[in-house]
Amino acid sequence: MKRVAMLGMPNTGKSTLFNRLSGASARVGNWPGITVDLMGAKILLGGHIAELIDLPGIYDFHGFSEDEMVVRHFLEKNSVDMVLVVLNTTQIERQLALALQVRELGLPAVLVLNMVDEARRAGISVAPEKIARHMQMPTILVSAKYGDGCSGLLSEAARELDRHGPVTPEELQQRLASDDRIESEMESILKDAVEMPVRLPDRVTEQIDRLVLHPWLGLPVFLGVMFLLFQFIFTFGKPLQDGVAWLLGYARGGLVEPMLSGLPPWLHGLLLDGIYNGVGTVAAFVPIIILFFLVMTMVEDSGYLSRAAFMMDALMARMGLDGRGFVMLLMGFGCNVPALMGTRVMRSRNLRLLTMMIIPFSLCSARLQVFLFVAAALFAPAHAALVLFVLYLSSFAVAFLTAMLFKGQMKSNEPFLLELPPYRFPTWRQIYMRGWHEATHFLRRASKFIVAGVVLVWILTNFPSDVPPASSQTFAGMIGGALAPVLSPIGIDAQLTIALIFGFVAKEIVIGALAVIYGMEGNSLMALMAQKLDWVQAMSFMLFTLIYTPCLSTIATLRSESKSLGFATLSVVWSLLLAWVVSFVFYQGARFLGY
Amino acid sequence: MPSSKLSSLQPGQSALIRAIHAEEAVHQRLLALGFRVGKQVELIRRARFAGPVHVRIGTTDVMMRPAEAQRIEIGEIMMGSRR
Repeated sequence: MKRVAMLGMPNTGKSTLFNRLSGASARVGNWPGITVDLMGAKILLGGHIAELIDLPGIYDFHGFSEDEMVVRHFLEKNSVDMVLVVLNTTQIERQLALALQVRELGLPAVLVLNMVDEARRAGISVAPEKIARHMQMPTILVSAKYGDGCSGLLSEAARELDRHGPVTPEELQQRLASDDRIESEMESILKDAVEMPVRLPDRVTEQIDRLVLHPWLGLPVFLGVMFLLFQFIFTFGKPLQDGVAWLLGYARGGLVEPMLSGLPPWLHGLLLDGIYNGVGTVAAFVPIIILFFLVMTMVEDSGYLSRAAFMMDALMARMGLDGRGFVMLLMGFGCNVPALMGTRVMRSRNLRLLTMMIIPFSLCSARLQVFLFVAAALFAPAHAALVLFVLYLSSFAVAFLTAMLFKGQMKSNEPFLLELPPYRFPTWRQIYMRGWHEATHFLRRASKFIVAGVVLVWILTNFPSDVPPASSQTFAGMIGGALAPVLSPIGIDAQLTIALIFGFVAKEIVIGALAVIYGMEGNSLMALMAQKLDWVQAMSFMLFTLIYTPCLSTIATLRSESKSLGFATLSVVWSLLLAWVVSFVFYQGARFLGY
Repeated sequence: MPSSKLSSLQPGQSALIRAIHAEEAVHQRLLALGFRVGKQVELIRRARFAGPVHVRIGTTDVMMRPAEAQRIEIGEIMMGSRR
């Protein structure tokens, strides 16, 4: 099998071209020598089966950014038959250097001049045959977004594969040498083959920027955009999630339960309340992830994400983060899981880790359900709104506090230099492919972990089998009892502790768990809770719920995105610790003041 | 004439780059984005609260923090950009 790598600078539409060439067959894979995931797909090139790999965007081979290291390590460890060098034609005057570097390295290559549609609109005309002659490599004009030129690219790539053998990693290592001549050669090629207007007539981008980057209006516009995106995700996400839940419940009652009816009760419970519910927990996230990435693709590919980063960077820089981190933090208020996956736009690992450290503190919609219930049970309506407001403020406060505390450990040395690309409309195909890839990625990486966790909590709350479920005689109850010395100073009693153990799986089930624990539902559960707890205890419980581990799916995502169990553990331990300290200070403080 | 830095430009002003004083990593990135001695660079806008600056070099728009803009030394300041 042949190996073909795609190489290009950031913002060249490389991934769009990759998706265009690979279709839905792409999947994430691990490679020797590097620690990040790369997308790969098997495609047919003439008579060859070739493995196409989408390398991260780099500016040159000699840079020191993490992506540049990844590309170098990849090329030094894996033999490559050919490279597709993808350039953004509208910026050919500075991108050609990368293609020249590839040629110096002696890598067989096809030069792909992408985004010709934009280049034509900008009045740039390129003579591909002249570039091909100068560069001594086949040169194809392509618009990956609309698919123009892709079939020509495939046949040219196939011919090029016939002509050359692979380059071994050892040869490449020796050739990654100086590139002094490149500058002057680039000038002469451009002079001969490219005509470029002095200034791009990009009036539209300039006008939009004047509004969205306006010193006063920019921020309201940004918050408005975020609000609309949120509305979009949840207007469409909620019915979809409900639909999935209904479908699973229906299948359970009509199909799975009758099928398993002959089994002994413990196995019946394990299969249904353990494994089947675990699968349901995973499935409930899929619609939200797809919708989130539909929106995310629009925000990212349109060019708005870098504008939002521009607006928020002054605030975030003080916390060792960058402007994009704020966008992800806000997205986390919908659901932490896709927000964590979204941090992949950050290329510096430390910056990404620090951002992933704070996202779990975003008050997600699942936690909101718990707070709405408890606030309604314990507080008058006017006070309940205030309580929610305080919880939202606390969410930001603990996130920022965490960033301040950890920024020393997770220091990013990446210079903050981001391109502000012209605004573009992503195509439906781009949007849909992204949603599809992210959802399958989540299912592949996180589902086992989540199902195992749900089963574990089921065992804790249902065994030993001769006692009532979720009672104090179960394992969970025993753990609650053992934790009493730790949790009673923050006002959390044995019953609430069991609810917190359930909450470890997903916050959505906390209210359901309380119903099982107290043996009551709805209004009577509220009345009972109001009787057994005072407002200080309830507030302490809500603060703890806000800050400690959001849910198993978040932990699974933390682990799969950071590729480090240690990091996921650190995040969980830190959030538990912080939750306890905050609740302790609140609870004891309130009691001290006589409440 | 005293030398000034890219960070001292006002929105709408442009100047030629005279020198880039940056460690290798930043220097490489700036080069790849098109920042070279002798090229014209225009400051489009600044973010509030000492946030990043938005600059244009050739056909490329870039944002950078003031710390990075400090490293780019510029020559005589011109109003607007060359047409």
